[in-house]
Amino acid sequence: MKTDIIIAGVGGQGILSIAACIGLAAINSNLQLKQSEVHGMSQRGGAVVSNLRLSDREIYSDLIPRGGADLILSVEPMEALRYLPWLTEGGWVVTNTTPVKNINNYPGSAEIITEIKSLKNNIIIDADEIAREIGSPRSSNMVVLGAATPFIDIDYKIFESGIAGIFERKGNDTVEINLQAMRAGREFSIKNN
Amino acid sequence: MDKLMLLGDEAIAQAGMDAGISGIYAYPGTPSTEIMEYVQKSVSSPAHEIFCQWSANEKTAMEAALGMSYAGKRTMVCMKHVGLNVAADPFMNSAVTGVNGGFLIVVADDPSMHSSQNEQDSRFYGKFAMIPVLEPSNQQESYDMVFHGFELSEKFRLPVMIRITTRLSHSRAAVKGKETLDKKTLGLPADPMQFILLPGIARKRYSNLLSYQPEIEKESEHSGYNQFFQGNDNSIGFIACGLAYNYLMEIVHAKKLDHPVLKISQYPLPRLLIRKIKDQCDSLLILEEGYPLVEEFLKGFPGSDKKITGRLDGSLPREGELNPDHVAKALGFSVMEGPSVPGVVKNRPPSLCKGCGHIDMYNALIEAIETYGPGRVFSDIGCYTLGALPPFSAINSCVDMGASITMAKGAADAGLHPSVCVIGDSTFTHSGMTGLLDAVNDQSPITVIIGDNSTTGMTGGQASSATGRIEDICRGIGVLPEHIRLIIPLKKNHAENVAVMKEEFAYRGVSVIIARRECIQVANRRRKEVRTIKS
Repeated sequence: MKTDIIIAGVGGQGILSIAACIGLAAINSNLQLKQSEVHGMSQRGGAVVSNLRLSDREIYSDLIPRGGADLILSVEPMEALRYLPWLTEGGWVVTNTTPVKNINNYPGSAEIITEIKSLKNNIIIDADEIAREIGSPRSSNMVVLGAATPFIDIDYKIFESGIAGIFERKGNDTVEINLQAMRAGREFSIKNN
Repeated sequence: MDKLMLLGDEAIAQAGMDAGISGIYAYPGTPSTEIMEYVQKSVSSPAHEIFCQWSANEKTAMEAALGMSYAGKRTMVCMKHVGLNVAADPFMNSAVTGVNGGFLIVVADDPSMHSSQNEQDSRFYGKFAMIPVLEPSNQQESYDMVFHGFELSEKFRLPVMIRITTRLSHSRAAVKGKETLDKKTLGLPADPMQFILLPGIARKRYSNLLSYQPEIEKESEHSGYNQFFQGNDNSIGFIACGLAYNYLMEIVHAKKLDHPVLKISQYPLPRLLIRKIKDQCDSLLILEEGYPLVEEFLKGFPGSDKKITGRLDGSLPREGELNPDHVAKALGFSVMEGPSVPGVVKNRPPSLCKGCGHIDMYNALIEAIETYGPGRVFSDIGCYTLGALPPFSAINSCVDMGASITMAKGAADAGLHPSVCVIGDSTFTHSGMTGLLDAVNDQSPITVIIGDNSTTGMTGGQASSATGRIEDICRGIGVLPEHIRLIIPLKKNHAENVAVMKEEFAYRGVSVIIARRECIQVANRRRKEVRTIKS
C-alpha cells in the first residue's frame, strides 16, 4: 500500500490540521508516514503545501516525485491546480470551492472551476456551505477531509477514532460536530463520484 | 519507548532533552525556530529544569551556550544558516578554545531560500572551524545524532555542528527515543587557561585543534552514519550527503538500480571511504543538499581522472534544494509529470496579514516621503520586509538583520536626506541598537521607524527582547527625547502619523519614530487563550 497526498491551501487556512488527522489515522493503521510542511514566510497568506506520504514500506524522500501523487486535497480552488504536475495518472483532485482572494489578479471563479472539471477524477465541494448547514462554519476543513477519505486507503472507522482523539480535549460536542462535518464531506464524495 | 511523530527540528529538541542538556539558546529563524519552541513547550514541569529562553541574537546565544559548556554542562545553540554569520566570531573561536560540557551547534540551512536571503551551506563553516559536522538524512538520525554529537563533543572537547536543511526541519516522521541521560553537574574546566585566547595561549589551543584533525577524520571513517553499500554495476557510483540520500534511494528503489552507494552524514570527509568508491566505479554522481562541497573536493583529488558529475557540471541544478525528480533526471530517467499548471493559476506570494499595523505604518510612510521622491527607505528582515512588494513597494533594501539603520546612516553620510529606515522591534534589539549608537555619535541625520509589534512576528510570534523598553533604549543610546516619537499605526490616525513623519524627515539629526501596535496574529492567539481559560 502506498498513498501520496498533496494537501494545498493558503497560509492560515489550517492545512496542517488536515495533515495531522490523516497522519494519525495512518499511524493507527500501522503505516509508515512522512509529512513535509511549509513553515515561515509563506504562512503569511502565501501558497502553502504539505506532502504527505503513507506506505506499508520504508519511505525515503520527504517530497513526492512529480507524477506521483495519488490525491491532491485542496482547501482552496486555485491552489488545487498549482500542483497538477505532481498528480499521477488516475489520481484524484478533491477541492473546496471557496476562494481566498488575497491577490489583485485572482482569476474568475468560473474559469478555475472549469479547469478542475476538465480533470478526469475530481470532487468539487462547497465545504463552507456544508459546514454552515450542519451549524459549524469553522469545520469546513473537516468537510474537505471527509470528501477525500474515499480516496485514501484507510478504514473510515480509523479516521473517526482519530478525530475523536484529536478533539477529545475540547469536549464531546466538538468531537461530534467534527465527526458530522467529516461524514457530510464523505457522503458528498460518494454521492458525486 | 513509544514512537513520536516529530519534525526534524523537534526530533533534535527531544533528543537534546533526552541527552541531558541543561540549557538551549537560540534566536528565532526559519527553519530552525521549532527546536527551541519544542523545548519550551515540553519543559512544563520543574523536574526538567532546562534553561530555554530566546536570546537577543545568535551571537549572544552562542556565547551564552559556550558559558554553559564552560561550567561543565551539556548545551545546544540553534540558529538558521545566516544566523551563524552573526555568531561567526564566537563560533570560530569556540573551536579553538574547545569546550568543557558537551556543546552542539545546530544550524538549519535553507536551500531554495524559502524564507531567507541566501542559501549558504553551513558545512563550509564546519570545515572552516575544523570541527566535526553531522548531517542527518532523516528524522530518526536527527534524534540519534544529538546523542552521537554529544559523545564526540565530550570525547574531543570540541564543539560539534549538526547541519540540517529546511526539508528535514519541517518534515514529520516517526522517531523512536533512547534511554535518557542524566544532566551533568557543575564543573569548571580542568585547565583554567583553556578559554583565554591571548595569543600565546591561543597558539597552543590552535595546535591542539590541529592535532585532533586526524582523529576526527578517523571517527568519520568508522562512523555508523557514513555507510558504504555494495552494488554490482560499477559503471557509476553515488555519493549522497545527508538528505540527498533519501532522494537517491527513492529513485534507486523505483528503478531497481544496483550501483555502489556511499552515504555521508559525518564530516570531516571520510577520505578512505571516498577512495574506495572512486577506485571501484568508472564514474561518480555526487548528490549534496547545498553547495558542491564534496564535488569540489573530489575534483581536486590527486589523480582525478574519472568522470565526476553533480552540481558543478550541470547534471544537477547548481542552485536550490534537490528533489527526487532532479536525481531521476541526472540518471537519465524521464519524469512522468501530471497535467501542466493551467494559465489561470496566479502566483500567491506572502503578504502582510489583514489588520496588520505595518500596513498603516507603510501607508503613512508612503504619503509622508512622497515629496522627496523614491529610493530613500532602507529596511531589513522581518514581516515588514513584505513592504517591498505591491501594493506598498515602500522599501529599497533588505540585506541582513539591522542593516536598515546602518545603511541609512551611510547613505546620510553620503548626503542623502531624508534617509529613512524601517526596522522591527525584535530586529532592533538583535542588531539595530549598535548602529543607532553609531548614528547618534556621528550625528548622522536619519529617521529610524521602528515597527514595534511587540513580538518576533515572521517566525510565529516569539517573545521580543525589549518589549516595552524601546523608548528607554533609544534615550539611553542618546537620541534626543523630543525626537523619539510614538505613533499608533491605525487607519484613523493616518493624517496625524503622516504629520509626525514629515516633521522628523525634515529634522537634520537622529530621530526615532516608534509605530507601536501589537501583532494581529499574537493578539488573536491571546484572545483565543483567554476565551479557553474562561470557558
